Amino acid sequence: MSDTHAQTVTYVRDTMLPQAAPPSTTQGPVKWMRESLFSSIPYTILTIAAIYVIYVVLSGFLPWLLGGVWTTSNIRECREVLDGASGGCFSVLSERWNQLLFGISYPQDGYWRPTLAFILLFVAIAPVLFSSVPRKLFIVTGLYPFIAFWLIWGGTILVPLAALLSIAAGYVVYSKLVKTNFAAALAAGVVVAAVIWVILGFITPSLSGLFALEEVASRNMGGFMLNMILGVICVSLSLPLGIVLALGRQSSLPIIKLICVVFIEFIRGVPLITLLFVANVVLAYFLPPGTNFDLILRVIIMITMFASAYIAEVIRGGLAALPRGQYEGAESLGLDYAQSMRLIILPQALKISIPGIVNVAVGLFKDTTLVSIISMFDLVGMIRGPILASTDWNGVYWELWGFAALLFFVVCYGISQYSQWLERQLQTEHR
Amino acid sequence: MTTMSDPQQGSFRLSMLLNDTRYRSYTFQFIALILLIALMAFLGINLVRNLASAGLNISYEFLNVPAGYDVQQTLIDYNSQSSNLRAAMVGIINTLLVAFLACVTATILGVIAGVARLSKNWLVSKLMSVYVEIFRNIPVLIWILMIYTLMTAVLPAPNAFRGDNATSSMLFDAFAFTNRGVYIPAPVWGPGSMIVVATFILSIIAVIFYRRYAVKLLFDTGKLLPTGWPTLAILVVPTLLMFFIMGRPVGLDYPALRGFNFQGGIQIGAPLIALWLALSVYTGAFIAENVRAGIQAISKGQTEAASSLGLRPKRVMNLVVLPQALRVIIPPLISQYLNITKNSSLAIAVGYADITATLGGITLNQTGRAIECVLLLMLFYLTISLSISAIMNVYNNNVSLRER
Repeated sequence: MSDTHAQTVTYVRDTMLPQAAPPSTTQGPVKWMRESLFSSIPYTILTIAAIYVIYVVLSGFLPWLLGGVWTTSNIRECREVLDGASGGCFSVLSERWNQLLFGISYPQDGYWRPTLAFILLFVAIAPVLFSSVPRKLFIVTGLYPFIAFWLIWGGTILVPLAALLSIAAGYVVYSKLVKTNFAAALAAGVVVAAVIWVILGFITPSLSGLFALEEVASRNMGGFMLNMILGVICVSLSLPLGIVLALGRQSSLPIIKLICVVFIEFIRGVPLITLLFVANVVLAYFLPPGTNFDLILRVIIMITMFASAYIAEVIRGGLAALPRGQYEGAESLGLDYAQSMRLIILPQALKISIPGIVNVAVGLFKDTTLVSIISMFDLVGMIRGPILASTDWNGVYWELWGFAALLFFVVCYGISQYSQWLERQLQTEHR
Repeated sequence: MTTMSDPQQGSFRLSMLLNDTRYRSYTFQFIALILLIALMAFLGINLVRNLASAGLNISYEFLNVPAGYDVQQTLIDYNSQSSNLRAAMVGIINTLLVAFLACVTATILGVIAGVARLSKNWLVSKLMSVYVEIFRNIPVLIWILMIYTLMTAVLPAPNAFRGDNATSSMLFDAFAFTNRGVYIPAPVWGPGSMIVVATFILSIIAVIFYRRYAVKLLFDTGKLLPTGWPTLAILVVPTLLMFFIMGRPVGLDYPALRGFNFQGGIQIGAPLIALWLALSVYTGAFIAENVRAGIQAISKGQTEAASSLGLRPKRVMNLVVLPQALRVIIPPLISQYLNITKNSSLAIAVGYADITATLGGITLNQTGRAIECVLLLMLFYLTISLSISAIMNVYNNNVSLRER
């Protein structure tokens, strides 16, 4: 058998064939298109429909964007320049730029102040957001509220300086006592800070000219600056308040728990606009006669309460997600409630809740546009009120709304991308 | 908390209030209670003093006084001589109307976008990501105002439909999109139309019975009845038959241009459409994310196990993936519905007469009863929120995983 077989074989290949390239339909862009665009007939129809949608949107949008006019001083001139061609009157943006960003009544020569505060904001939050940034920058973060207040509201530097001094003194007292008893240390710190603040309050009026910037009243804030001010202040204030509320809701003390639950459920049950109505027309009834809070401060109080209820729920989720062993472990080490929360529970719970907190922050920042309804001139209020009502620009809708939408999109999309990045960072640490 | 570690039974000392864990919780709660009472007393005393100095009192008499203002879009009888309470009722019904409409469309949009975002078609999924990101990251107030501008400034005035060389025309001769709102045909219920409606309701009941029977048959004998086309047939055929037997009792009243405006049909005002569309597309983007997260939360093993049992892809989706995904999707979906209801209060920005615009807007400004109006307004929203979350808790308890 083997002999006959050997004779029938006239040729035996002793080397491998060179590898052939895969067919052109199963590699590169062709393969990708076959798989992800035209894999079946319904998908092909979908793809063609999607291409048509994109074409319609872009063919309407691009000529309007690219053919825009940037340098006229009112809508009639702009329409003359366009002469029927497709294009946007973007000159409303260049002409009203300062109004859109800073409102009507902010002093013209002081525009550098909020701008500088805005740039410093990035320096101040960098160490909070990114752990790779040098830790020394936390000094800027600590000083930032006082600097920003001085820059935006103006007046003498002594007022924020006094606030800084009293808070620093309070902190020193607190950190001396915290080893023995947290509650007592906190109370003592607050008392010391308040006492020093009152004492310094007697000194500052006599030196009001020292390092003074022109004072700007709160009602003169406007434009996108107002949205930023409300967003940043309310988020940073509502975070500690939210932590306290969340701890209170998880607490085993029935009265404290009841207070927190009622507060949180009440705030979460009503729309923000009703709380803004409270700030606008009702809150004055509940303050001592003669006190005159300005509207921006009342709005900050209400928005902070609103955001803190939502943040409290996010943090409660984080607290509930921690395994029971963490609480028991902390207790078995002999730590008291304050210590175990500060050193064991909260660092972990907050880390889990960061994405949720960021979502709340984005939602809150978007909600700052609601103040336009109680006739404050934020970005939306500026557009609806002074700009669209003026004879110069009556009818330039899409340029203005597009600009407002773009500003909010950039900020909110940036924050949510950061949140997703952070989520990925935190995930890899666990696995 | 750890009372076991404190066995000493000495006499009570004052410092134990702060240092002894047995008493400390009482101390803290007592302090909190005192602070709360002090705060309430402070606010209450201020309120009384402020009201006294302004010569006001708290009273709800104004609810029975004629409101004195007109409302564009009402579902119940209302005129300017109706009471403020009636105006508030109009507002409540309008709020519920726009919230309901927006919930339905937002759900449809959100489910489509969420599923399409998971599509293997690259272009479609990218398009849906763009939709979600754009609509999520821009405030809903800006969307409402933009769509309102679109409705009022871009759509033609009714007189553009007039004459031989009209610049605009009606869609199918039935729908007119004007800057005063959208006009759609209104159904006219003739004599005998109730019988048609009753037939339709009966067919729905019949469908439910047929489906139950199909399931029972499947469980008892393993025989699989078709459900798709019989459902459609039961729903459509008897109603259509009855419709023609009764001599077509249900007609349509088409809107037509008479005088300066369209007459007939149903007018849906621009504010309602702006609010409805804006809330739908905005919340739809959030729902899309919830749906996507819900489907992705079901592990691939579930799909694979179902396929290996021999289920066809549609059954895998209907019987295995969706029931599990719904458990993840429904709670955030309900909270999105709550958000729609709360965001519908932005109606005041475009002049849609919801509860915030009537009770919290015009009535408040005309009567000056700020405290009462805002209180009633909050009470209304609180009632809706709390009842929906109560329903949600019941649902959650029903569907949550039963663990051993």
